Amino acid sequence: MPSLEQIVRVLSLEDYNTRVVVLGVMALGAASGLVGTFLLLRKRALTADALSHATLPGIAVAFMIMVAFGYDGKSLFGLLTGAFVFGCIGVLAILGIRHTTRLKDDAAIGIVLSVLFGLGLCLLRIATELPSGSAAGLSGFIFGKASSMVASDATTMGVVAVSIALVTMVLHKEWTLLCFDEKFGSSQGWPVIWLDILLMVMVAIVTVLALQSVGLVLAVAMLIIPAASARYWTSKITPMLLAAASIGCLSGWLGAVVSALVPRMPTGPIIVLICGLWFIISFIAGPKDGLIIRQLTRLYLNRRIAKQHILRAMWEVCESNAVPEFTVDSIVYVRSWNNRTVIRLLKKVSKLNYVTQLPSGKWLLTEFGFAEAARVVRNHRLWEMYLITYADIAPTHVDRDADMIEHVLGRDLVAKLELLLDATKIPQSPHAIGVTQ
Amino acid sequence: MTWSIIDTWIVIIGGLCAAGCAIPGAILVLRKMSLMGDAISHTVLPGIAIAFLITGSRDPMAMLIGSVVVGLVTAFLVQAIQTFGKVEAGASMGIVFTVLFAFGLVLMRQAVDHVDIDPDCVLYGSIELAWFDQDPEGLGIPRGAIVNGVMLLANLLLLLLFYKEFKITSFDPALAKAQGFQPSFMHYMLMTMTAATAVAAFETVGSILVVAMFIVPPATAYLLTNRFSMMFILAIFLSVLAAIIGHISAITIPTWFGFSGTSTAGAMAVATGALFLVAWVVSPLDGMLVRMWHLFSTRLHVVREDILGVLWRLEERGQKELLLVQLSEAIGTTPFLVKISLQLLQKRNVVSKTKLFWSLTDCGRKQAAAIVRSHRLWEVYLDKHFPQDVHQLHQSAERLEHITTPEMQVKLGNAKEDPHGSQVPADE
Amino acid sequence: MKVEAGHSTTSPVSIHDLTVAYQRKPVLWDVDLDIPEGKLIAIVGPNGAGKSTLIKAVLDLVPKASGKVMIYGRPFAKQRKLVAYVPQRESVDWDFPIDALGVVLMGRYNKIGWCKPVRKQDSKAAMESLERVGMADFARRQISQLSGGQQQRVFLARALTQDATIYLMDEPFASVDATTERAIVKVLGDLRSLGKTVVVVHHDLQTVREYFDHVILLNMRVVAHGPVDEVFTDENLKKTYGGRLTLLSEAADRLARH
Repeated sequence: MPSLEQIVRVLSLEDYNTRVVVLGVMALGAASGLVGTFLLLRKRALTADALSHATLPGIAVAFMIMVAFGYDGKSLFGLLTGAFVFGCIGVLAILGIRHTTRLKDDAAIGIVLSVLFGLGLCLLRIATELPSGSAAGLSGFIFGKASSMVASDATTMGVVAVSIALVTMVLHKEWTLLCFDEKFGSSQGWPVIWLDILLMVMVAIVTVLALQSVGLVLAVAMLIIPAASARYWTSKITPMLLAAASIGCLSGWLGAVVSALVPRMPTGPIIVLICGLWFIISFIAGPKDGLIIRQLTRLYLNRRIAKQHILRAMWEVCESNAVPEFTVDSIVYVRSWNNRTVIRLLKKVSKLNYVTQLPSGKWLLTEFGFAEAARVVRNHRLWEMYLITYADIAPTHVDRDADMIEHVLGRDLVAKLELLLDATKIPQSPHAIGVTQ
Repeated sequence: MTWSIIDTWIVIIGGLCAAGCAIPGAILVLRKMSLMGDAISHTVLPGIAIAFLITGSRDPMAMLIGSVVVGLVTAFLVQAIQTFGKVEAGASMGIVFTVLFAFGLVLMRQAVDHVDIDPDCVLYGSIELAWFDQDPEGLGIPRGAIVNGVMLLANLLLLLLFYKEFKITSFDPALAKAQGFQPSFMHYMLMTMTAATAVAAFETVGSILVVAMFIVPPATAYLLTNRFSMMFILAIFLSVLAAIIGHISAITIPTWFGFSGTSTAGAMAVATGALFLVAWVVSPLDGMLVRMWHLFSTRLHVVREDILGVLWRLEERGQKELLLVQLSEAIGTTPFLVKISLQLLQKRNVVSKTKLFWSLTDCGRKQAAAIVRSHRLWEVYLDKHFPQDVHQLHQSAERLEHITTPEMQVKLGNAKEDPHGSQVPADE
Repeated sequence: MKVEAGHSTTSPVSIHDLTVAYQRKPVLWDVDLDIPEGKLIAIVGPNGAGKSTLIKAVLDLVPKASGKVMIYGRPFAKQRKLVAYVPQRESVDWDFPIDALGVVLMGRYNKIGWCKPVRKQDSKAAMESLERVGMADFARRQISQLSGGQQQRVFLARALTQDATIYLMDEPFASVDATTERAIVKVLGDLRSLGKTVVVVHHDLQTVREYFDHVILLNMRVVAHGPVDEVFTDENLKKTYGGRLTLLSEAADRLARH
């Protein structure tokens, strides 16, 4: 376990190395969150994976060229330029295969990804034999080697992150259009092809930046996981961009801190694991389509339906007896529920002050409960009558359906039904049928 | 190039491994799920790492079980995130396999004291050293050959056993389900095959290059055949070929430039890519060359008909012959295409050449009349049904005249004069 | 109309109380139907009325929210061999490397059973079916090289080769050429004369009277069903296609949003 002193040192960014790595990956996380959101919405997640694998031969080729011209083969800028060029070639190859053969997207991505990666491995092996310049560090790009980062790298990442944020701000309307409805966009005269290309170029830049810290195998995770997690927190594009950037940034920070504190924790994979953790949390607890929220909504709906069922049953019993009192048995009789269910439901609605239990053991519908029950019954009858009038189906046949539909009848829909029906056929108000307190 | 027994075994092991991958790979490609192969071959790593940590040894059975379990978990998670989380298939795969792969890497770093395996070996495989890892009975057969051979046989057996089930569930899952063949059962069987094959192959070619073996040869076969059975035969053939070419190029091509050699596994992946490239260009079904030839021959056909049309209209105005340059100007195409077309027409005895001037023969005049007739009838038809300005009429008719079949010709009617007032040549 | 709860054991397809929902959006509400034996039956209704879903529910291809479907009084899983299915043409990938004969042979797979290879007599039966739809000459043609109508006829041949008692067809007449339309009509007539029950999802109101005996007017619920002469009236059509659709689908949308 790391000592307290160590933790403080890491968190306060006292070490030069830690500072560089933490700031660098935070900038990277933010930038990839922003671009990744659009990538995800454009359904290109795995194209980015192919792109990152395709950078490997680019790194090797750039190294060879630089050595051949007598430069230091380790120039990061040179290597990343090579990576960028090959990443773009990879994307073009995918498009080429998709448009000129009958193969589908998945195969095109798989072919480019694996063949170019294989080529990269071959070239790297050859590069290690070059007499001048040591290629030993090049394979660090595969799994990432955050510890090799220096201050200038972190600065570059910061500058790129800020520029990408600016581009995203300027183009976020256009890119949203591109992702949502490409055809409409082009019919409106937007240069969708160029917007698309610019988006892929941004993806390529972020991927290339991610090579050094998280490595090319996992670069795609930085792009898609924060964005996919953000989707569970909001369905609007601007908050989603902010959320994705924050999640990416936070994961980068946590990952860098953990790997600085715990021995033998490679930075890249740890960052990805933390992103994954974020995804799991969002997937389960996110307020938009999260697992918990969806279960809760369903539970809530079921409860509401049950509540309305019991209200209607009570109302029907009271209506036929012309007194607002009833027994449990009479409810059991009209609905096909068992005793236990009825008592459970009655206890629930009694908490809402719809009913009270009389000392005699009978139940009494309150004024408040009466009004609510009347509303439910009225909706139900409107719908039922509507179906009878318009759909030529026997009334007994309609009942079950109407039970389902009534729970979704809002006020405006009911108003529509009233208009469609004869005024005389609208059910009478509860007070007019002789039931009084 | 020096060839030794080691090289022979490298090629044999590579070939067995590639052929074994081609079988589940072909089904994956046909189901448009090839990237599941990618995802599962990545998640072999955590499977192996977990097996190492639990058993503390490199027991192949434990590795196999670990990877297959993690592979099935991958397939299940991808499906679950896709359906419950409303995430598209690609992103769902991307999330699952990167997280699991990262988990595997961390485990491996943590376990580095207990077992000797490094991530690089997982990436590149160790086919070059496979020969030295002999079987315990001392038959002189490397373990890699046995493992991959058994996997190939198992895959072949499953393919033969469930041949028609794989066919129907891949082509029409709804019908398969209605007939009682469980598509989800076949799906998880395929996933099991994929995971088992990936773990058998990873020592040979590494976990990422397995993807090349899974996807590229079957995709190449897909370009070359229209038959389901051929798809497998070709995929196996191509993958073995790629293994052979791959190793030979790995030990020869770098030596031309003064290097000693390169990664055999990488070269095999590149070889599958090279074979794909060849098929992409020359495939007789719809390769680039075939596509280009179709374009070119249609173009030539149009130019030939245009030449006849131009010469016929010329005679209508009382002239008789034209220079090649004038013809190409009148048609609006390059003199090169006109020249080729004229040569063919001359061979068919449709046009004749006197000095530098070209004119119609009697036989050519008949053909030309038919073309002009069709053009002018189209103009009449278009003018009647889709009124538009006279210039556009000509443009549209120009395109339509080349594709008119005899039946269409009959339906076009029998007008005597076109909208411009020119005579329609009589039908002969 | 029949309202009783029990299933008819003589009806080829007896549907009771069937409700189907995609996600939470209902597509079929409380359908009760006994399909008569030995008739040509059209299912007619507007887009999104649940016509295809009804067929898929019979075949257990979509989960049922409630209700049951019986084939001659027994669940579908026990009666698979009695039912042949012609799916919509767009439901499969026509680039798949397989020829017309191969597709038709798939109709025999259920008869052949798990893991057993295709036999000679199966190929013969498949060829005969192709002949019946006038496609014998195209048996070895890869399916993407067939025209839309020819592809439809291959699907029809595949259903014929299942040698079933009940045929369920999803829009077989959708965008086909005149030759194919004639071929399908002829096959339908043949099936009727053999006493088979054929249920066809149909979109062309013009031809309902000409091609079918029975009609089911469907719009999320069964609006009417019975012999064409009695049921296929302007009034019923108005009920099926009329303004009701907007309101019902609005309700369905709300249900999905809740």
